[in-house]
Amino acid sequence: MDLLNAFVALANFVLVPAISYGSQLALGALGITLVYGILRFSNFAHGDVMAFGTMVTILVTWWFQDMGVSFGPLPTALLALPFGIVATMALLVGTDRLVYRFYRRKKAAPIILVMVSLGVMFIMNGLVRFIIGPDDQRFADGLRFLIKARDFKAMTGLREGLAIKTSAGITVVTAIIVVAALFWFLNRTRTGKSMRAFSDNEDLALLSGINPERVVLYTWMIVGALSTIAGVLYGLDKSFKPFTYFQLLLPMFAAAIVGGLGNPVGAIAGGFVIAFSEVTVTYAWKKVLVYLLPDSLEPDGLVQLMSTDYKFAVSFAILIIVLLFRPTGLFKGKAV
Amino acid sequence: MKPAFKNPLLFGVVFALIVTTGFMQSWTVALKLLNMGLISAIMALGVNMQWGYAGLFNVGIMGFVALGGLGAVLVSMPPVGEAWSAGGARALLALGVAAATIGAAVALWKRLRPGPKRGLLLTALLVAGFFLFRWLFDPAVAAIEAVNPAGTGYLGGLGLPVLIGWPVGGLLAAGAAWIVGKTALGLRSDYLAIATLGIAEIIIAVLKNEDWLSRGVKNVTGIPRPFVVPYEIALQRSPWFLSRMQALGVDPVTGSSVAVKLLYAVLFALVLLALIWLSQKALHSPWGRMMRAIRDNEEAAEAMGKDVTGRHLQIFVLGSAVVGIAGAMMTTLDGQLTPGTYQPLRFTFLIWVMVVVGGSGNNWGAVLGGFLIWFLWVEVEPIGLWLMNVITAGLPEGSALKQHLIESAAHMRLLTMGLILLLVLRFSPRGLIPER
Repeated sequence: MDLLNAFVALANFVLVPAISYGSQLALGALGITLVYGILRFSNFAHGDVMAFGTMVTILVTWWFQDMGVSFGPLPTALLALPFGIVATMALLVGTDRLVYRFYRRKKAAPIILVMVSLGVMFIMNGLVRFIIGPDDQRFADGLRFLIKARDFKAMTGLREGLAIKTSAGITVVTAIIVVAALFWFLNRTRTGKSMRAFSDNEDLALLSGINPERVVLYTWMIVGALSTIAGVLYGLDKSFKPFTYFQLLLPMFAAAIVGGLGNPVGAIAGGFVIAFSEVTVTYAWKKVLVYLLPDSLEPDGLVQLMSTDYKFAVSFAILIIVLLFRPTGLFKGKAV
Repeated sequence: MKPAFKNPLLFGVVFALIVTTGFMQSWTVALKLLNMGLISAIMALGVNMQWGYAGLFNVGIMGFVALGGLGAVLVSMPPVGEAWSAGGARALLALGVAAATIGAAVALWKRLRPGPKRGLLLTALLVAGFFLFRWLFDPAVAAIEAVNPAGTGYLGGLGLPVLIGWPVGGLLAAGAAWIVGKTALGLRSDYLAIATLGIAEIIIAVLKNEDWLSRGVKNVTGIPRPFVVPYEIALQRSPWFLSRMQALGVDPVTGSSVAVKLLYAVLFALVLLALIWLSQKALHSPWGRMMRAIRDNEEAAEAMGKDVTGRHLQIFVLGSAVVGIAGAMMTTLDGQLTPGTYQPLRFTFLIWVMVVVGGSGNNWGAVLGGFLIWFLWVEVEPIGLWLMNVITAGLPEGSALKQHLIESAAHMRLLTMGLILLLVLRFSPRGLIPER
């Protein structure tokens, strides 16, 4: 039994990756849940909105790097992030004016809006591939690790090392700041309160004089900021590829539904539920078990429940379980 | 224009487009277009059943297409005897154990009263079942995949005619649709969309990774053709065919390739006609009227005593089966199953564009959309490339921008398809051939 080493191995391979991935999913799911709560449809273009924001950020990052601007130990992409956010906000507000507003005025069925968002997804996907191409792009620079595995071993004298990537640290810090700001906005400001009122009961909100167009405008702007931040953090942590961002749609939707569609707290919780399940199910536990079990019981295999290729199956399984047993999500969502 | 005049005209236009391709490019290209158009039309027909008759939004068409392809492989490929003796029985037993565990879990859940005891028992059963399954399954898979991995490395199929694989592919797709529908139908309409999106990703992941089943990314090649379609080489060696070609004054190599494609076209057209006939019959039967009544007003239909969720499940399974049949046909036409090539944009969203543009709720509309959009999908790329060349003609040779624009012309397709979808949804939501 060697609890300390087991815990460090667990932290290194499960806790840290899951926390940073969970924060990224939570930010993405927040965007989906806000659109759902206020505009009342499932936005299938969300993954590609993230890809668009990240792409703009990457382009600006490259431009900065060319000019020799850097952010010291932090990635230059953080400096470029505001440009990406503004571009994405403009794109989303423009899309709303050109596309979604027409259906909103017509009071079209939600499923029609879902379909329209599919068309928007097509266009955004094409746009991103057209500008930056379908390939992998790496744009992280600055310091790679906050703590290196070797330094950690030297520091503590343990056999297991703990490495924390800078991107993981930035992800968690940024996510906390963003979520705090979002909740402050939703709970304390006039606009935020009107957004919540609109989400709770559209007719009552309209009667009390809330301007729906203003609410929608703010929603898209917040969604633009959230999705760009989520996309850039994910890209810094792993890498940027348009198709991967499209595929993130499933875990993000699963997170939003697990938490209860339309419920921001639920989206955050859902993001972590999905991330932790994905990482624990696809992690090879042998390394941790070696420290916990006596030698005689040492496992032969990798003790991996599922290969990493099936990580989508985990989100899907959780989604199905929630739909079967608690269709409104863990926290009460709007949808039945 | 009256529909009686307009609809044949629209089909005539599409037919003329394909014939023009034959004259402008080549007849093999035109026939390829026609064959894939026929298959796309069948897929669109299946999706139209779900969306047009019942208003169900299926975003996982890709998965059902791939399952159909798997059906064709499992039926038509010769069995690998060595692999079967190495681990076939054990793998089947493992799958049986998995199925039994799930069955027992469902029974347990229904029999026992709610409470902590039920949860504990259920968890214990599932965990035990999972480990038993893995204990049986893993060595069996390793043994199967070790048998000649470069050539086979999988169990193979049943060695039956591939035509039997078409309905089997449909059945596989129907089975997957039943599982999804059973959980996601009856809830909010978006949930079905998200659940189908998930099942499609998982089906593709299984096909890519379960080498013992489908050889994964190593692909299954050389799927036998239907007995009515000969091989080009055989045709070129047959004196009867050679004399025919000589009489027509056609090069036998081109002639054989055209003949094979024509035979496929006839085969596919027969399937399409049969399916259209059945769908038209169904749409104009009391059952079809009930379906549309449910689509237009679920509450009213429910108040009339119609089982809305049950009917939705029924049509969802039927539509997916049709998509699965088309998937099996496509795999047969290609002669190979390549799990790496299934892309959601190509296999899910393109079919949606076909249905919406053609006219949802109308079978002929879906078929027209299938042909037209497939034609555009294939032809937009050369047109886009040409357009880019024209636009960038003014830029100096070797400029980075020019090169980038020309290289990116391939992505014009996505933009064009998205634009078409949005424009049709906005300005002509009923499509080219509207529902009557």
